[in-house]
Amino acid sequence: MATIRIPTPLRKYTQGQEEVQVAGDTVQAVLEALEQSAPGIRERIFDDAGKVRRFVNVFVGDEDIRFLENLQTKVAERDEISIIPAIAGG
Amino acid sequence: MTATGTLERRTSTSRLRVDDLTELVGDTPLLRLRHIERGCPGVELWAKCEFTNPAGSVKDRAALRIVREALATGALRPGMRLIDSTSGNTGIAYAMVGAALGVPITLVMPENVSVPRKQVATAYGVEIVYSSPMEGSDGAIVLAKKLVDDHPDRYWYADQYSNPNNWLAHYHTTAPEIWAQTSGRVTHFVTGIGTSGTVMGTSRRLHELGPVRCIGVQPDDAMHGLEGMKHIPSSIVPKIYDESVLDDTIWMPTEEGWDMAERLAHEEGLMIGHSSGGNVAAALRVGKALAAEGRPGVVVTVLCDRGDRYFLPLKWERHYLW
Repeated sequence: MATIRIPTPLRKYTQGQEEVQVAGDTVQAVLEALEQSAPGIRERIFDDAGKVRRFVNVFVGDEDIRFLENLQTKVAERDEISIIPAIAGG
Repeated sequence: MTATGTLERRTSTSRLRVDDLTELVGDTPLLRLRHIERGCPGVELWAKCEFTNPAGSVKDRAALRIVREALATGALRPGMRLIDSTSGNTGIAYAMVGAALGVPITLVMPENVSVPRKQVATAYGVEIVYSSPMEGSDGAIVLAKKLVDDHPDRYWYADQYSNPNNWLAHYHTTAPEIWAQTSGRVTHFVTGIGTSGTVMGTSRRLHELGPVRCIGVQPDDAMHGLEGMKHIPSSIVPKIYDESVLDDTIWMPTEEGWDMAERLAHEEGLMIGHSSGGNVAAALRVGKALAAEGRPGVVVTVLCDRGDRYFLPLKWERHYLW
């Protein structure tokens, strides 16, 4: 199972949990599986065309998936996937 | 006006020569957005070019007043460091003011602030402490408070979210500048909320000066990409924020703000940050609503900073550390 790190603005979908464990062998599969345990979260991450929204940054370990294979990036058993938001004011 | 005429006009202004860097803070140009305002015929759209401040953003105004007042009242004593949490621009502004006035600065920033901001702040010689990239600005606030509690003799906490000098900077400078630059014709002021200092201070003063409608802009969702703007319902509410000062709030989708930032670069030659894109998109909405009713208007918004502060790391710099 991979671990997804959930940022503060999305924790309302995970009942406040900071990390969620999900199965899946690509980033796409893992994020789809996340919707099962956190209904509503998908729409915040993906646009209508099914792409990751331009302002949402997804990392596998320390690597931005834009520089890997995007949603097709492979995810191994103990990988940590982070969803990183923009930074608010000040 | 000929090119020569423009040059003569510029060289006659006294501000081209100053004794002190901090004198360059404020007095920013007000620029008419002639291409964007075609979307709202009969309404003028104007923008305060805050990127012309010496450290490159609207935050120079608040940082300067906060530091000056703290030195004047003796709250910030010799040997102490100014500390604050920041998403970047205020930090860079403190760094500039601190270097110019000889005040050591410590900044608490979420680790995911853009690389150029970290580099700029570091170049001024400040100390940076990083908070969790998952916790955003609120995580930085919590960590800054903890550091101050642990080391009360080392740090003076500037607390831009609660410090009245944040909004007072705009009350005393930004608003009167807008009033003078529009010859009192301004009808609407529209800008985003970060700490809320800009919108609170400017709106309070404009309301005193004339019948100006003042409108705040917030991202339409907690998970957004308008860096620098705050979604108040899901955040630690800044103490200086008072909703009753505002006549209205516009909830801005990230995509609309980003698209406008791109348009401003392509059509106006303005390479500005996403929050400025959100501000202009909101100003255009206000302009369109007026135009639809056949009413004239002079709508003023703020260009907070330049876009190059947000460039993604280049491919060979893609490794992140946190």
